[in-house]
Amino acid sequence: MAPVIEIKDLTKSYRRGSQSIVVLENLSLDIEESEFLALMGPSGSGKSTLLNLIAGLDKADSGSIRVRGTDISSLSENGLAKWRAENVGFIFQFYNLIPVLTAFENVELPLILTNLSRKERKEHVTTALRLVNLEDRMEHYPRQLSGGQQQRVAIARAVVTDPTILVADEPTGDLDRRSAEEVLGLMEKLSSVIGKTVVMVTHDPRAAKKAGNIKYLEKGVLANAPQASFPECI
Amino acid sequence: MDLMFFYSLRNLLTRRLTTGLTAAGMALVVFVFASIVMLAEGLKKTLVDTGSYDNVVVIRRSAVSEVQSGIERLKASIIETQPEVAIGEDGRRLLAKELVVLITLEKKKSNSPANVIIRGISGSSLELRPQVKLSAGRLPRPGSSEIIAGRSIVKGFKNVGLGENLYFAMRPWTVVGIFDAGNTGYSSEIWGDVDQFMQAFRRPVYSSILFKLRKSSEFESLKKKIESDPRLTLEAKREADYYREQSEMMAKFLRILGQSLTIVFSIGAIVGAMITMYSAVANRTGEIGTLRALGFNRSSILVAFLMESLLLGLIGGFSGLFFASFLQFITVSTTNFQTFSELAFSFKITFEIIYKSLLFSLVMGFIGGILPAFRASRMNIVEALREQ
Repeated sequence: MAPVIEIKDLTKSYRRGSQSIVVLENLSLDIEESEFLALMGPSGSGKSTLLNLIAGLDKADSGSIRVRGTDISSLSENGLAKWRAENVGFIFQFYNLIPVLTAFENVELPLILTNLSRKERKEHVTTALRLVNLEDRMEHYPRQLSGGQQQRVAIARAVVTDPTILVADEPTGDLDRRSAEEVLGLMEKLSSVIGKTVVMVTHDPRAAKKAGNIKYLEKGVLANAPQASFPECI
Repeated sequence: MDLMFFYSLRNLLTRRLTTGLTAAGMALVVFVFASIVMLAEGLKKTLVDTGSYDNVVVIRRSAVSEVQSGIERLKASIIETQPEVAIGEDGRRLLAKELVVLITLEKKKSNSPANVIIRGISGSSLELRPQVKLSAGRLPRPGSSEIIAGRSIVKGFKNVGLGENLYFAMRPWTVVGIFDAGNTGYSSEIWGDVDQFMQAFRRPVYSSILFKLRKSSEFESLKKKIESDPRLTLEAKREADYYREQSEMMAKFLRILGQSLTIVFSIGAIVGAMITMYSAVANRTGEIGTLRALGFNRSSILVAFLMESLLLGLIGGFSGLFFASFLQFITVSTTNFQTFSELAFSFKITFEIIYKSLLFSLVMGFIGGILPAFRASRMNIVEALREQ
C-alpha cells in the first residue's frame, strides 16, 4: 500500500538578516497509513519545521510533500487552508483552545468550515467528546478545565472532522505525568484502533516510546539511531 | 457562521473595560450626531406642522417671511374676492388678513431680551388654524387692547401670564387668554385684534393673507392668477410649504454644525476603536494562528475581527441613541434666523435619524477595525502560533 505521506528531497531555509539558515536539507520520508510516528531531535534540529510543512502551515523551498496523492506544496494559500480543514487535525503543546468558546464550541469550530447541518455538527461533536471522555464537560470553558482535560478537548477538536493525519507538537509538554499518560494513550488508540496516521514532535522519550516508530532529526537531516549529541532523546 | 459571530461578541464581552470605554467614546459621538439632527428635525417638524396643506399664504413678492411683507388693503380686497377662497358655514369667506410684527420681551430664565412675533388676527384666523385651542381665559374682543399668548411664550417670558399687562407699541395690553397650538410655531406667538395692532404700530398695510382653498387642486391655477396679476405684486404659497421654507436656513445651520462637530469627534472615536482592535489582535495572535491552522482562510479572520469592530460600533450606536432619545422630553427655545423671532421646539427622533446614527456608528467601527483586521488576516501562521 502507498504511504499516506510521501516527502521527497525537502529543503527549507530561513533568512536571518542577510544570512540564510538551512533547517531541513533534502529530507525524504514516507509515513504509512495508521502509523504513529514520533519525531525527535535536539532544539533547532528542524522537527517542528518538518511538522509544519507536513501540516501545510508553511511552504518548503524545494522538494515535495504528497498526502494521499495530493502535492500540498503546489496548493494556493486558500487551497491549503481548505486542505488543512479537511485533512489535518492539530494537537498543540498549549492546547490552543479559544478561551471565549465552550468545550463543545471549540470542538465544533473546524466543523463550521464543512457543509454539515447544525444537527450533524452536534452529533459529530458529541461523538468526539465521548471519545475523549469529556461528554459531561461540554459546556465548560477552557479556564474551567484542567490542563489534561483541555488537551483532551483539543484532541476531540483534532479528530472531529475525521482528518487524514493528526499532527501533534509536544502534546505532553505542558502536562503532569498522569495527564500526559492519558493523552498519549488516547493518541495511541487513535492510531491503533481508529487507524489515524499520527505525527508527533516530542522531546520526551517516554512519549516517543508510545509511538510505533521514532525518527531522529539532527541538523535538518534524518538520523537512524539516537546520537550522543542529543542525549535527552534517549 | 453563527459561531464566529458569538466568537466576536464574546471577545468583546470578555474585555469589558476596554469595550466599555471604546463604545462610550463612540456613543458620545453618536449622541452628538443624533441630538443635533434631532434638533434640526424638531425645528423642521414644528414649522411644517404649523402650516396646513389646504391653506394658502399670500405675501409680498420677494418677501422671505411675513415679517418682511406688506399688502395694501386694496390688494387684500382683490385676494378676498377670488372665487377659489373657501366659504365657511356662516357664509363668510375663510380668509384672514393679518399683521405680523416683532417686539422684544424679556426671558424668564436669562432676563435677556428676545424677539417675539405679534400677530394681528381677524375673523377666520382661528377657524383656519384648528390646531390652535384656547387653554385658559377667553379670546380678545375686537376693537380692544386685549391679547392672547401662546403656551411657549407664557412659559418662557415675563409679564405674559393670564391677567398681566404688557406694554408695547406705546400702549398697555392685557393678556386675557392663553392658547395652545401644540408643537407648532404659533405657540411662540402673541395674538390680538389686527386693526388695533395696525393702529398701534402705525402700519397701514397687512403682512399676509391666509385663506383656505375651496378645492385643494385649484392652488396652481390660483397661484398663477395672483402672481401674474400686475395690480398685486404678490406671491402665493401653500401654508405647509411656506413654513417648511421658514425652517430651512436654521435646520441647515444646525445640520452643518452637527456634521462639523461629529466629524471632529468621530476622528477621536475611530482612533480609540483602532487602538482597541490593534490591542485585541496583538493579544490574540496565538488564537489567530490556531484558527488559521484549523483551516480558516484569511478572509474569515478579516471578517471575524471586522465583525468585532462593527459590533463595538453598534454597541456605541445603540447607547448613544438610547441617551439621545431622552432629549425628546426637552423643549428648547431659540431665535429662528429666517424670521428673527423666538421659536420653541423639541428634539424629534425619527426612523431616518435612528438608521443614519446606527449606520454612522457602523462606519466608525468599520474604519476603526479595517486596518487591525487586515493585519490579523495577514499574519504568518507559524509565527502566530509561536506567540502563545
